[in-house]
Amino acid sequence: MANLKDLAKGKELFSGGHRACAGCGAAIIARQVIMAAGPNTVVANATGCLEVVSTIFPYTAWEVPFVHSAFENAGATISGVEALYKSWVRQGKYNKKVNFIAFGGDGGTYDIGLQSLSGALERGHNILYVCYNNEAYMNTGCQRSGATPKGADTTTAPVGKVKKGKEQYRKDLTGIIVAHKIPYVAQSIVGNWRDLTGKVEKALSMEGPKFINVFQPCRLGWAYEPELTCEMGRMAADTCAWPLYEVVNGQYKITYKPKEKKPVAEWLKLQGRFRHLFKPENKPLLDDIQAAIDKNWEELLKKEV
Amino acid sequence: MAKLNTVARTGNEAMAEAMRQINPDVVAAYPITPATEIVQIFAGYVADGVVDTEFVAVESEHSAMSACIGAAAAGGRVMTGTSSQGLALMAEMLYIAAGLRLPIVLADVNRALSSPINIHCDHSDTMMVKDAGWVQIFSENAQEAYDNMVQAVRIAEMSKLPVVVTTDGFIISHGMEKIEILDDAEVKKFVGLYKPENYLLNFDRPITIGALDLQDYYFEHKRQQIEAMRKSKPVILDVAGDYKNLSGRSYGLFEKYKLDDADCAIVAMGSTAGTTKVVVDGLREKGLKAGLLKPRVFRPFPAEEIADALKDVKAIAVMDRSDSMNANDGPVSLEVKAALYDKGLNKTIINYVYGLGGREIRLDEIEGVYKNLFDSIKGKKFDKVNYLGVRE
Repeated sequence: MANLKDLAKGKELFSGGHRACAGCGAAIIARQVIMAAGPNTVVANATGCLEVVSTIFPYTAWEVPFVHSAFENAGATISGVEALYKSWVRQGKYNKKVNFIAFGGDGGTYDIGLQSLSGALERGHNILYVCYNNEAYMNTGCQRSGATPKGADTTTAPVGKVKKGKEQYRKDLTGIIVAHKIPYVAQSIVGNWRDLTGKVEKALSMEGPKFINVFQPCRLGWAYEPELTCEMGRMAADTCAWPLYEVVNGQYKITYKPKEKKPVAEWLKLQGRFRHLFKPENKPLLDDIQAAIDKNWEELLKKEV
Repeated sequence: MAKLNTVARTGNEAMAEAMRQINPDVVAAYPITPATEIVQIFAGYVADGVVDTEFVAVESEHSAMSACIGAAAAGGRVMTGTSSQGLALMAEMLYIAAGLRLPIVLADVNRALSSPINIHCDHSDTMMVKDAGWVQIFSENAQEAYDNMVQAVRIAEMSKLPVVVTTDGFIISHGMEKIEILDDAEVKKFVGLYKPENYLLNFDRPITIGALDLQDYYFEHKRQQIEAMRKSKPVILDVAGDYKNLSGRSYGLFEKYKLDDADCAIVAMGSTAGTTKVVVDGLREKGLKAGLLKPRVFRPFPAEEIADALKDVKAIAVMDRSDSMNANDGPVSLEVKAALYDKGLNKTIINYVYGLGGREIRLDEIEGVYKNLFDSIKGKKFDKVNYLGVRE
């Protein structure tokens, strides 16, 4: 596995000067993933923050070949690129080794693009799909998604006089992907470069479909101070709100076990989207959220062999 | 001229045969009646190893066109096939394929759009996406379907535009006909090797495809695309010229059938043009000057050329196998009328919407249309839009 010095020596493949917000976690993910993958990589990107901030014509932040076509189809688009590659290799027209990576936000991955992703995984393309999961539709202004956690304030499940933000728990997309029985599935975070780049390298060393769900703090949608992005990611892992694990050929392995599992409230209270949870009358909701995190963590521990 | 092989093929078989001979790098497709056979037969070719194609059996038509876009952007020669709801589900991606200037070729078997759900022929699917930026080529029969597919590859790659070749659901797609096909080697030579200019798999020149294009560039890029569509007209004719040298069969932007001295003309696309030719022959035997204009290329619409071809006709009936739901006319009629207006030609034009959902169009109905045209010359008035063969 490459160390930080090696990674830093390589050519910058996701250049600065893009239009992401100060403290944007998505840009950190893109940079670190491509850094780990190297220059022989084709990127497909679903419509969303990452595509919008990195490719405003006539500029591009991408030093590797990049294609964006629509919102719900990064899985199918990268399938097509990889299919052409396979065809050319079989015809003897091409012999370079190439990585195929798709990026989608939680909107493009959990929701509108789930079918396209599922199809691509089932067909067995040699691709890595990276979800930069900021837990809402941030590109359009923080609307709820299937990845939004219970109790979060979003613009389509807002906190009002009666409602207390999103009423449902998020779906377990990583679990859904594991059910596809693909070679490699993992969860990672912004704020632990070694975890993310290591998982990317490991994924790319394997044949077939791979998926990494990267938890991405969004300073605008989550409403926290921009310099806290990496800390927000690490705290998600420390509270087990976003456990770090990988599933290699069906075998679960927790890649980070906090020495002391912190109460989720410590992390929630730093975010504007959960501000209302700290009113005394919302204590039961806060307790529910903690209980759900505890249950998920216990279940995960049991899955590890 | 090359050697021709006479074979019996349905429209779907003819299109699949053309695809085998073209041997594209990637086919990504999803089955839908009545186009299923095209990709099913092609999957058989892949299974037998007679093509080099990577076949991507996607989970929807939206993904079919998305994967085609990925493969074409990566630098490949790419094809697919669909119909009706499948084309509608692709609609978003059809616009994107065209805007990205990717030379994808699509075989579309014309079928009615839901609802009510129906699996039979009309042109509402293809008309729904007429402004998506695809060159649209209609076929009258299985022979034309085959010939159009072979030509479409070169038209697409020379124009940097996607091309859709259509047949009529069941009427052509499932009707067995005697057709003449070229030897594999001749088709291979005709379509040649595809050399993309910029493509994803070229790491010597990494490019960004599908960038965000805001107020200061979008319009220029669309303008270039529109210009490419205009310039595809001579490309279509050039390719047709080369194809005539090879096959002996001639194609243009449209076909004139006994039109030059005609008093009355029908404008009809697809299989109905064939039916109309039989009626024209019968009327000609009776000494009536009936003619037909069959648009082959609906996009780019050959407005000036069609107006010129119709300039000496006294009355025209435009047959629309789809409806525009209370636009001025059906889509074909709107185009023809506007074309004549631009030439300052004020002629009697009667629009007939017919054959929706596969409703049969009979010889006597078409004969009735000609009768109305001849009556209109004598001063009889008709409604602007008429619905032919419907119970009212």
